[in-house]
Amino acid sequence: MARVVLVTGVSRHLGGRLARILQDDPRVGRVIGVDTVPPRSDLGAAEFVRADIRNPIIAKVIASAEVDTVVHMSVLAQPGSTGGRTIMKEVNVIGTMQLLAACQKAPTVRKLVVKSSSTVYGASPRDPAMFTEDMEPKVLPRSGFAKDSVEVEGYVRGFARRRPDVAVTVLRFANFLGPQMDSSMSSYFQLPVVPTVLGFDPRLQFIHADDGLEVLRQTAVDSHPGTFNIAGDGVILLSQAVHRAGRPTLPLVMPVLTMVGGLVRRARVVDFSPEQLRFVSFGRGIDTTRMRTELGFEPRYTTVETFDDFVRGRHLNRTLPPALVETVEHQLTGLLTAPLGRRADG
Amino acid sequence: MAEARVIPIGDGEKAKERPRKRPVTPRTPPVAAAEPAQPQLSEQDRVAAAVREILGAAGDDADLDARIAGLLAFLRRRITGDYVVDEFGFDPELTDKVLLALLRPLYQKWFRVETRGLENVPDTGGALVVANHSGTIALDSVMTQIALLDHHPNRRPLRMLGANLVFQTPVVAEFARKTGSTLACNADAERLLSRGELVGVWPEGFKGIGKPFSERYKLQRFGRGGFVSAALRTKVPIIPVSIVGAEEIFPILGNAKTLARLLGLPYFPLTLTFPWLGPLGLVPLPSKWIIEFGEPISTEAYPAAAADDPMLVFNLTDQVRETIQHTLYKLLMQRRSVFF
Repeated sequence: MARVVLVTGVSRHLGGRLARILQDDPRVGRVIGVDTVPPRSDLGAAEFVRADIRNPIIAKVIASAEVDTVVHMSVLAQPGSTGGRTIMKEVNVIGTMQLLAACQKAPTVRKLVVKSSSTVYGASPRDPAMFTEDMEPKVLPRSGFAKDSVEVEGYVRGFARRRPDVAVTVLRFANFLGPQMDSSMSSYFQLPVVPTVLGFDPRLQFIHADDGLEVLRQTAVDSHPGTFNIAGDGVILLSQAVHRAGRPTLPLVMPVLTMVGGLVRRARVVDFSPEQLRFVSFGRGIDTTRMRTELGFEPRYTTVETFDDFVRGRHLNRTLPPALVETVEHQLTGLLTAPLGRRADG
Repeated sequence: MAEARVIPIGDGEKAKERPRKRPVTPRTPPVAAAEPAQPQLSEQDRVAAAVREILGAAGDDADLDARIAGLLAFLRRRITGDYVVDEFGFDPELTDKVLLALLRPLYQKWFRVETRGLENVPDTGGALVVANHSGTIALDSVMTQIALLDHHPNRRPLRMLGANLVFQTPVVAEFARKTGSTLACNADAERLLSRGELVGVWPEGFKGIGKPFSERYKLQRFGRGGFVSAALRTKVPIIPVSIVGAEEIFPILGNAKTLARLLGLPYFPLTLTFPWLGPLGLVPLPSKWIIEFGEPISTEAYPAAAADDPMLVFNLTDQVRETIQHTLYKLLMQRRSVFF
């Protein structure tokens, strides 16, 4: 089905791994990876083209290689290495516009897969418990990655209207977590003390990096036009997750957390944007019925298993290992339940 | 002394329904738990004995052992995050063993809640419980939840629908989701009902709980009938519930509207005791409660498009409202006094 696949954002963890996976797929002929910086890991047999999707060079790459499938994965979730929110926004929004403009002009392109995010649903106290793909956000995200994702999806819809012959797949992923992968949530849970919003315990959902890559592979190779929510089964509460990671929490009232968030963000330790703060207050759930019925995809890891695998992979369990808690429990049980008089006698 | 009350924690059943003598592996005849006269007791054992006495001096040893083990296992699960919440954030164990356990004395001893017509609540499958709302703070919903969990033969957890305000208020938001509430919107109501859950709705909302004492037991407007369309779409029965007694727990004599607006609240109640007596004003009056579950109104016979027929939805809403209003009058006639 897919002869020549173009993957954007290959210099980052997921992009690089997807390029390798696609290259190994017998149904894929050639994989071209694009990014602004050289890949950190080996791309295997996949080719790398150093190009900025923010300028029209990308059109030449698509035309000369006769690309038929484009996998767009370079929507950045956090400023991180790019150097600030301005550049991040430019890469996300202008980059997508350029890429879509190039795709629109390329008659060979037949399929477009976009890695989007469940942040497009926003996070508010007026949200339904589970968002299906047809629901609109109750409060539109006003900043950061979430707003970029909304805009990216807007341009993708425009593209789909103008090129009805191209099969467009939009994948709205829950938060990615993986033993080797860095994401906004992974750095959050790795803080020595995890700050939370006092009086709120949001529901979170995770998708394991392996599962996410499998969906991306499947949609790039087969044809599944449409918009799909992608998440591991079930939800986990923030407090529950922090306890599973054996970390202490630090509940703070919202204004204090906003202030701390500003400081932490400037130090680029972890993403504490206003949008992220809304997320750790109100949480979000996405319904994955369509992923199962139409895409036929069953994630291997549930949300809780994804989190546990992340904790194991990062050796996070240090402050309060569950084994210790269990030992204490057994000792206390033994101490309190043995018939006292008898033990004292013997 | 009456036997000490213990918050039952551990396996699924409630302690009071559990037979006092549990079949356990035979042991040497149990020695009384707290026998301070034992001269050889070490420091450790004395602590253990004291803990056992606090947890429940009465009850035989094996039962107490099981409870202690259950409590410790519960604590371990909480500390290590080893429990499951459903997609709405409902934590059944925490709700039953801790949060509702704290409120059960209020149900049993303070309001002495009497339930009627529990047989009208189906043993399985989805159903929509619709009740009148009163009492300044939404204690009536919690008492209904306890009634269904403790006294329905199938121990049915009630999933309640709450207003926006509930989910944006710190602490309240956290515990609302954990006790099984979710936002009052059609998407959530239908999702719960089609999963076969028992859903509770108080359509009067803040107009109901925040109304002045002079309007007690007069039903307010029943929202926009959203709950009826949810029941029609999922074809579940509607069970009208009438709650008597909740109106008198905090009689609202006045409403400080300016203060309410400043605090972003729908109303700021001035009762006989609140805010004049400070925290003491938060103690509800010990009225005697009756919760009557009425006969279910079936929605199965209506066609699929019925939910989109506003006239039908309005009529059904009125029918439910009238039923509850009449039952309230009937119960008030039967009631001898507010407090007994």
